[in-house]
Amino acid sequence: MEIPLSAYLTLALILFCIGIIGVLIKKNIILILVSIELMLNAANLNFIAFSKYGFIPGVEGQIFTLFSMTIAALEVAVGIAILISLYRKLGTVNLRDLTNLKEE
Amino acid sequence: MIVSLEVFFFLILALGAITGAVLFLFFSKVVHALLSSVLTFVSLAGFYIMLSAEFIAGAQILIYSGAITILLLFAVMLTKKDDVSKGIKKGWPILVTVTTFTFAGLIYYGISDWIGKKNENPIFIDNTKEIGTALFTKFIIPFELVSMLLLVALIGSILLAKRNIES
Repeated sequence: MEIPLSAYLTLALILFCIGIIGVLIKKNIILILVSIELMLNAANLNFIAFSKYGFIPGVEGQIFTLFSMTIAALEVAVGIAILISLYRKLGTVNLRDLTNLKEE
Repeated sequence: MIVSLEVFFFLILALGAITGAVLFLFFSKVVHALLSSVLTFVSLAGFYIMLSAEFIAGAQILIYSGAITILLLFAVMLTKKDDVSKGIKKGWPILVTVTTFTFAGLIYYGISDWIGKKNENPIFIDNTKEIGTALFTKFIIPFELVSMLLLVALIGSILLAKRNIES
């Protein structure tokens, strides 16, 4: 019995939604970065599933997944650089403490 | 109940991926949440092998559970999490969960009956060779642009995290 395409798409949807909940609920900036990585992984799973079982099967899905992984790694690196300089300035990594632009 | 081996491995890997993601939401310590996300990344590498993408599976384990997790663990080591802080509003987690389930239900209604084509394309026999051929002939311009982007991000993150000596 073969696994249909919709099984992979549903699993990617579940991981994407857990990533969305993580981005919106977590207070620590590092865990928000990990949730964004989870969302990117779900999209990569979609790409590779369509690369094998999709309507025009080809290797382009896997090529784009390689680019997506590269950009994700870069984004984590730059995000952590920003986090380190923010921590030096404010002393906290709690997202709810960044209230400089908030009106009173 | 007898299931085929493919379905059995799909269920095991799906269990690993979803367990890692859900535990990531519910752990309170940062390091535990990071390590459970590593379980999700490695399960996804197993999925890529099932989908005949062995090179991407190796790259996934190297990049995600190797480089990104170590980078995030260093960030956890260099920063301190405080426990006494402003909390979140009262009904916010419930609202977020309900909205996300609504979104998931709508999308599931759209994707639940796609069967897809049975693949007879022989490009998946030599996966790394096919990726290499495509990357250097058809996708050469994005490849060079990504190398430029890597250079820019490297310089940028060093500049951002540099300690100012004269201040």
